[in-house]
Amino acid sequence: MSKVIKIRRGKNINLQGKAEKIMIKAKVSETYAVKPIDFVGIMPKLLVEKGDIVKAGSPLFFDKYQPEVKFTSPVSGVITSINRGERRRILEIIIKADKNQEFIKFEKANPKTLDKEQIIKNIQESGLWPAIKQRPYSVIANAKDTPKAIFISAFDSAPLAPDIDFIVKGEKKNFQTGIDALAKLTNGKIHLNINADYPAADTFTKVKDVQINKFTGPHPSGNVGIQINKICPINKGEIIWVINPQDVISIGRLFIEGKYNASKIIALAGSEVKYPKYHKIINGACISNLLVDNLLSNNNRYISGNVLTGTKINKNGYLGYYDSLITVIPEGNHFDFLGWALPGFKKYSFTKMFFSWLMTDKEFKLDTNLKGGKRAFVMTGDYNKLLPMDIYPVQLIKAILAEDIDLMEKLGIYEIAEEDFALCEFACTSKTDLQSIIRKGLDLMRKEMS
Amino acid sequence: MKLLRKYIDKIKPNFDKGGKFEKLHSSFEAFESFLYVPDVVTSKGSHIRDAIDMKRTMSAVILAVLPALLFGIWNVGYQHALSIGESGTILELFWFGFLKVLPIIIVSYVVGLGIEFAFAQIRGHEVNEGYLVSGILIPLIIPVDTPLWMVALATAFAVIIGKEAFGGTGMNILNPALTARAFLFFAYPSYMSGNMVWVNGLLQNKNIVDGFSGATPLAEIASGNIDNIASVKDMFLGFIPGSIGETSTLAIIIGAIILLYTGVASWRIMFSVILGGLAMGYIFNLLAINPYMEIPPYEHLIMGGFAFGAVFMATDPVSAAQTNKGKYIYGFLIGFLAIIIRVLNPAYPEGMMLAILLMNVFAPLIDYYVIEANIRKRLRRAKNNLIT
Repeated sequence: MSKVIKIRRGKNINLQGKAEKIMIKAKVSETYAVKPIDFVGIMPKLLVEKGDIVKAGSPLFFDKYQPEVKFTSPVSGVITSINRGERRRILEIIIKADKNQEFIKFEKANPKTLDKEQIIKNIQESGLWPAIKQRPYSVIANAKDTPKAIFISAFDSAPLAPDIDFIVKGEKKNFQTGIDALAKLTNGKIHLNINADYPAADTFTKVKDVQINKFTGPHPSGNVGIQINKICPINKGEIIWVINPQDVISIGRLFIEGKYNASKIIALAGSEVKYPKYHKIINGACISNLLVDNLLSNNNRYISGNVLTGTKINKNGYLGYYDSLITVIPEGNHFDFLGWALPGFKKYSFTKMFFSWLMTDKEFKLDTNLKGGKRAFVMTGDYNKLLPMDIYPVQLIKAILAEDIDLMEKLGIYEIAEEDFALCEFACTSKTDLQSIIRKGLDLMRKEMS
Repeated sequence: MKLLRKYIDKIKPNFDKGGKFEKLHSSFEAFESFLYVPDVVTSKGSHIRDAIDMKRTMSAVILAVLPALLFGIWNVGYQHALSIGESGTILELFWFGFLKVLPIIIVSYVVGLGIEFAFAQIRGHEVNEGYLVSGILIPLIIPVDTPLWMVALATAFAVIIGKEAFGGTGMNILNPALTARAFLFFAYPSYMSGNMVWVNGLLQNKNIVDGFSGATPLAEIASGNIDNIASVKDMFLGFIPGSIGETSTLAIIIGAIILLYTGVASWRIMFSVILGGLAMGYIFNLLAINPYMEIPPYEHLIMGGFAFGAVFMATDPVSAAQTNKGKYIYGFLIGFLAIIIRVLNPAYPEGMMLAILLMNVFAPLIDYYVIEANIRKRLRRAKNNLIT
């Protein structure tokens, strides 16, 4: 077995409301949404309108820049509304599900017997292609490229993240089939990265044709970008594809069942959830059913994803395409009298400037308050401690702000995604929005290189 | 507390856009956020944030300079009592010093903060907390008898030319507090050096006892009276003349512990400044041709502003090197140069200030080369990959 790769820089945030490993068959949601805004860098072109009847797997829209990539409905039913935002940007397409689910039929086949083009076509038609993302830029992969490797992170180190080993239990066959399909898409290896600290699920350890790498250390050790950086860092012109384990399983099911089965398991977690547990749902489901009689308070923030990188949704919002976690934490819209000066036994901080550091094992309840004003950048060296890559974060951020394409490239922008900077953003004394700056840099770079 | 909040909420609209005092928005915001951490919630990126903010960070620094400040205030009284041949209780001495030092602190804060508020107003920024630290550091690194108008002038110079001209907090190249001191040093040398300025009352020559010199250990050595310097114990504890806050190495070490423990200041810089100082002191020992070059390297650390500079000045994150490797180089050269200037150039008994300012200027260059190395490493990796 390969050696364990140790991540030293980073930090785990111990939050209240971790999901208990109990699976609940959730009350089925009536409405579902596909949100074009989940997919960075696409230009959605609608294929349906309000009132259309769709099946699970029917295309709803495609990307203008990559028309082969279809975005499909997770359920069969009727389109009830298409919500738009500023400048008529499409925010979400809402589908009301039928009682009896009908599926578009795709070819059932063993991917080992198919050639690359057929596999790509199948995945694209089903609506599962967007699950494959590429580095650099962290956008949907381009089927015309051949990546030098495919990376799958089989554990999530983010706060309150679901236990992926628990989620994939019993999906061995689907997972293997998914891997078989992906293996045809690259000339290199498929890297499956597991956590060395506890035994991984059979689904991962018994799978064939992958290279298993073991990681240990605090968040962001589970970020696939960090793992790539440690195993085969991306150089200019190179491409690596990444995909989540649950999506590998969906691809496997596509080839075994011949349909787009969008069911997945998510964790419902956070300090404001009464019974934080796991739920089996269909992707894009409305979260309101999960929250009935399940909340401890009312003034909450609902997040699709984790507290560091997730998307803010409302109480009747929908699960994002890539997410397997719903987090509910209190909103922080209150004033804190002399909050910066008091000892702070309950204030969570990476620094030792609050007395809360005395309670190392405690689970903290954090709200969404910004906890200070935005300031000029002063403190140096803080980001370095939280970004386990050989990259100078401050200098890279400054290069992006200056829109210096050349310098961004030199400082390693191909190796990063916004999620890798989420911890730095959390800890930033000056409250700088690092993730949006990184996204801006990636977009700029992508435009420049295309 | 609720009443206060209610009152603030009531007057707040006046300072918002379109309100009566719209122009004073930054100042209002500064005071409000001083009383209350704002109710602003995260809107993009990470939904939760660390409790740390600039106010807390700056408070930690102020907490760290307090021991040096309190000792310095007492020492002003103590040195004055020595000079007139009297003695007093700790409290009496402290009170005497307090009355001398407080006006300097007030002037420094009023002038400095006044300018900061004005600039924040003009730029439409929030007021940055950086000056809260500079404002306390300036009084600590000047002699107690510096006239208040000089303090005001130097502060204004440091804030406007040293900081705001470069774009304000976070953009300055030189350490603002040291800029103020350098300004005084070159503009009014007779108030900043010599034997008469370090102890209160010496300049006016009121009832000074015969034989009291008032010279700092560095000045004694520079003028060839190496046998006159205080004992190592006195220098370490700080019972010597000098700038208000710089004399007690012990008090400064307490501050250093606070800074390092909270992680506000870089241990890399502090460590390498000391290493640089010791290294140069040792080299002088080896090449010694005069008594100054012979003094044990560790004594350099407890004389003059070396300790204060190493702990509070060199570690200023804005004007120091920003990369970890750069911090070692930057710190080492500060210590190294401070001792060279101090020993070889009798015109500048205090080399620390000049060494730090000089390295402030070179810090970006050091960073540039450290980052260049990172870039080259990345390019090499890309090339190797192409070949294989």
